[in-house]
Amino acid sequence: MNNGFFNMPSDLQHSYLGLIGLHLQEALLPVAIGLLLSLPIAQLCVRFKWLYPPVLWATTVLYAIPSLAFFVVLIDYTGQTKTTVVIPLSLYSLVVLVPAIVDGVRSVSPETHAAAVAMGIGPVRRYLQVELPIAVPAIFAGLRVATVSSISLVSVGALIGNQGALGNLLQDAMTFHRPIYAVSSVVTTAVLAILADTALVLVRVALTPWLPKSGRRALRGRDRANGDAGADRGAGKGPATGEPLDGGTTDVRPTAGSTL
Amino acid sequence: MTVIHFITAFFSDGAHWHGYDGIPTRLVEHVEFSLIALGIAAAVGLPIGLLTGHYGRGGNALALLATAARALPSFGLLVLLFVLMGLSKLPVLIPLVVLAIPPILVTTYEAVRTVDPPPVDAARGMGMHSMKILFQVELPVALPLILSGLRSAAIQVVSTATIAAYVSFGGVGRYIIDGLYQRNYEKVVGGATLVAALALATLGLFGLASRFAVSRGVRQR
Repeated sequence: MNNGFFNMPSDLQHSYLGLIGLHLQEALLPVAIGLLLSLPIAQLCVRFKWLYPPVLWATTVLYAIPSLAFFVVLIDYTGQTKTTVVIPLSLYSLVVLVPAIVDGVRSVSPETHAAAVAMGIGPVRRYLQVELPIAVPAIFAGLRVATVSSISLVSVGALIGNQGALGNLLQDAMTFHRPIYAVSSVVTTAVLAILADTALVLVRVALTPWLPKSGRRALRGRDRANGDAGADRGAGKGPATGEPLDGGTTDVRPTAGSTL
Repeated sequence: MTVIHFITAFFSDGAHWHGYDGIPTRLVEHVEFSLIALGIAAAVGLPIGLLTGHYGRGGNALALLATAARALPSFGLLVLLFVLMGLSKLPVLIPLVVLAIPPILVTTYEAVRTVDPPPVDAARGMGMHSMKILFQVELPVALPLILSGLRSAAIQVVSTATIAAYVSFGGVGRYIIDGLYQRNYEKVVGGATLVAALALATLGLFGLASRFAVSRGVRQR
C-alpha cells in the first residue's frame, strides 16, 4: 500500500488528497446544479400535469446518450476543460432528480394538502414547509443515485484529456505499467462513492425524524397492502406506472432510502 | 453548426463503410460485446430478482449489493482488470456485467414484490402453487417494470462498451479513442454519433418489446 497507492505520479500535478478534492468537485458540482435546476422543473411538472410525460420522455432519451459521446461533442464548444465534464453530468443528475422530486411531491396525501390549505398556509410556504419535507425521502433516493453515478462517471473524463481527476491515474497505470495506480483509482473512487452515499443517508435520516424506524420495516413486508402508508405507496408506485427512467428508477423509491 | 458538418463528413466518407475499421464491423463488435454482457447479467440477475421478489426477502442485501456494484467505476475497473489480467475479453466483459446486474436485479425484485396482492391471493386461493403463482401471475404483471430494468441495463452497457476501445478492443469506441489520439475530430464525433444512435436504438427496441410482450390487460392499467 505504501508505494504508489498514495504517491501520485508527478504528471498529474496533484497530491492524492488534491485529486480527491478535484474529483469531488467535478462530481458534486453537477449534482448541485442538477438539483437546483430540477426543483423548478419538477414543480412545473406537478403544477401542469400534461408537461410530465414529455419531460419524462425527453429525460429518458437524454439519459441514453453515452457520457463519452457527450464529452467529445462538447469539446468543440467548451474545449478540454472541466466544464465539458460538468455539463453532461449535470444533465444526468437532472434526469434522475426530476422524476424523483415529482414522485415525492405527488406523494403528499390530499388530506395533508387540504389541512395545510385550511390552516391558511400560502402556496410558497406550503411548498417549502409541507411538500418539500414530505418529498425528502424520494428526493434523497434520487440524490443518492445521482451522486454515486456522478462520482464514478468523472473518471471517464480522463479520455478527453486530463479531466478525469482520479480517473487520470488510470491513464498513468496503462502508460507506466503500474497496476497500483489503477488499484488506487478504483478503490478511492468506490470508497468516495460509498462515503457520499452514506452521508446522504445520514442527512436524510436527520431531515426526516418523523419516519418511524419500525414502520419502515413493516412497509417492506408482503402484507403492506393493508397498511395505510399513503405517502410511501404513492411514491413507490412511480416506477410501477411505467415510469421509464434509467438506473434511477430502481432506487427512486422510499424503501431504497431506508436500506443501508 | 460545426458538429453537424463533422457528422455528415464522417458518414459520407466511403472509406468509413468497409474493411476491418468500417462502420458495419465496428457495430457488430459493439453489439456482440453488449449482448454477451447483458446475457450474463440477465442470467444472474433475473432468477435471483424473481425469487427474492417472490418471497419478499433479501431486499436489504440486494440494495447493499447494488450500491456497492454501482460505486465501482466501470472505466476504472476496466483498466485495472486489463492491467492485471492482460489482453483478453474478460477485462471488458466483467465491468459491463457488474454495471448491468444492479438495475436488472433491483428492478426485478421490486417489480415482483410490488405486484398488487389481490390477484396473487386469488391465485393462491385457487390452489396454484408457489412457482406457478410466480410465473403465471406475478411475472406477467411485473413484466413492464422488469423490462424497464433490462432496458436501463442494456442502455448502460451499450454506452459503456465504448470504453473497450481504450484497452485495444473493437467496437464503436474505436473511432472515439483513435480520433482523439489522431486529433481527427471528425472521427471522434462520428463515433459519438454512432454510440448515441445505438443507445437510442436500444431504447426503441425495448419500447417495441414491451409493446409486444406485455399483456394487454396489464398495459391498459
